[in-house]
Amino acid sequence: MSSTESAASIPAVELSGLGVTYGGPTGREVLRGIDLSVAPGEIVCIVGHSGIGKSTLIRCIAGLQKPTTGEVRIAGIAIDAPPATLALVSQDYGRPLMPWLRVGENVRLPLRGNGLARKVQNERVSDALAVVGLGGAARSYPWQLSGGMQQRVAIARALAYRPQVLLMDEPFASVDAQTRAELEDLLLTLQRDLGITVLLVTHDVDESVYLSDRVVVLGGTPALMQDIVDVPLTGARDQLTTKADPLFIECRTRVLSAIQQSKVVAPVS
Amino acid sequence: MKMMSGLRLLVWELWLPILIVVVWYFGSESSKSPYFPPLSRIWKAFVDNWFGPGFVHDVVPSLTNLAFGLAVALVVGVGAGLLLAMFPLAADIADPFLQFFRAIPALAVLPALFIVFGTGSTGNVAAIAFGAVWPILLNTLDGIRSIDPSIRLVARSYRIRTPLLVTQVLLPGAMPQITVGIRTSLAIGVVIMVGSEMYVSTAGIGHFVIVAQQTFAIADMWSGILLLGIIGYVLNLGYGVIERWLLRWQPRTHDALAVKGN
Repeated sequence: MSSTESAASIPAVELSGLGVTYGGPTGREVLRGIDLSVAPGEIVCIVGHSGIGKSTLIRCIAGLQKPTTGEVRIAGIAIDAPPATLALVSQDYGRPLMPWLRVGENVRLPLRGNGLARKVQNERVSDALAVVGLGGAARSYPWQLSGGMQQRVAIARALAYRPQVLLMDEPFASVDAQTRAELEDLLLTLQRDLGITVLLVTHDVDESVYLSDRVVVLGGTPALMQDIVDVPLTGARDQLTTKADPLFIECRTRVLSAIQQSKVVAPVS
Repeated sequence: MKMMSGLRLLVWELWLPILIVVVWYFGSESSKSPYFPPLSRIWKAFVDNWFGPGFVHDVVPSLTNLAFGLAVALVVGVGAGLLLAMFPLAADIADPFLQFFRAIPALAVLPALFIVFGTGSTGNVAAIAFGAVWPILLNTLDGIRSIDPSIRLVARSYRIRTPLLVTQVLLPGAMPQITVGIRTSLAIGVVIMVGSEMYVSTAGIGHFVIVAQQTFAIADMWSGILLLGIIGYVLNLGYGVIERWLLRWQPRTHDALAVKGN
């Protein structure tokens, strides 16, 4: 397994000195000096107050926005456009699906035009839809599905694309609590089975600890990395027992206090 | 809520027009006015003219010109709208020109078009295309611009290639507005078809109507006007079917309500 080991030594995602300022040198500085290294197969959540620049950060990592300073490396290669090995599930469910394409065609669209045989495309589409529990919905139009189901389609689209890195920007923000718990567990199962690297933005502290190997806390204006909290929970996680685990509660407290401290010491530039 | 069956809907739409025609037919029977002849005479002229050689001589050329004119307007309008939408800088530069040309009444350009394209059917086709291109072009441009930014973002992040982007994202996304543009262009096209034939032409329904009027063949004139009304109505109806097919992915209003109510 020496090849795997050498691959593992290259971080799946690496941010160095990443900063974003809107509106030129005298403009509004949103992010400053973000350094982060995410190992392949790791799942990392980014938390912080709303409006702090979490989505900006994810857009930079997705190659959709150029950082003002620093750089983003995906599997060791600096990017300046959306990389092929990465998929993004964004926060507003429903809207990112093309209303004019049936569910199956929505999932298929990113696979087309890449020289992938039609048969392979079909298999990937039906596999991905089956995995998210929507095997029977391929012929439906998005508006015929509930919000939670539409978000599952967006996740299926990302999975069918077979990314090495999955970016998720508040993917479960707009669904009800029950669906949310189901989607969280679905994500954990998929991440474990497929070994993909996941970076997920959330404003929900419980969710961040429940899902993560590490939680990154952003805070301040401009946002700096306040803390990185390791979540040493071992074995399969479970909505009831994990969330009652003293270790879970300890991590949760650390994340919460880091967020609150960041509010107090927010530097004014 | 149950939808009205197709047949009931048809009856509901048709009873009043049928009643009016019946009243007109019998009410005008004793008319002595040279300008408003009895409907029975107009109807006889209608049958004689349009179910006879007039069909080949006038109706076929008119509709052929209309079809070609609209086809040119559609290809140029959608194509140019698409290109301008994909290159925003070009769209900014082109905007004042578009607004200027759109503001010129197409009928006013007829003399110039007939000088350039000749008085044959090419001139008619060019005139129809010139008049009909603007609503399609501007609606395509605007329709693509108003596609939800999050959809454009998804297309970018999945690196959707340009041909797929155009056929699977941009054009379908703009289709609700493109269809509105086409509907407007259809009406403009019929107006210019008739107008250009009245202005300079040796065939066509417009030519027929103006000649009938000038030779005091009043029943013939009315039969031409009646035919134009019917053509406009049928075109609109037929286009409605095409439009529903183009937008088949959109929820019908009552379906959407049913889903939201779940």
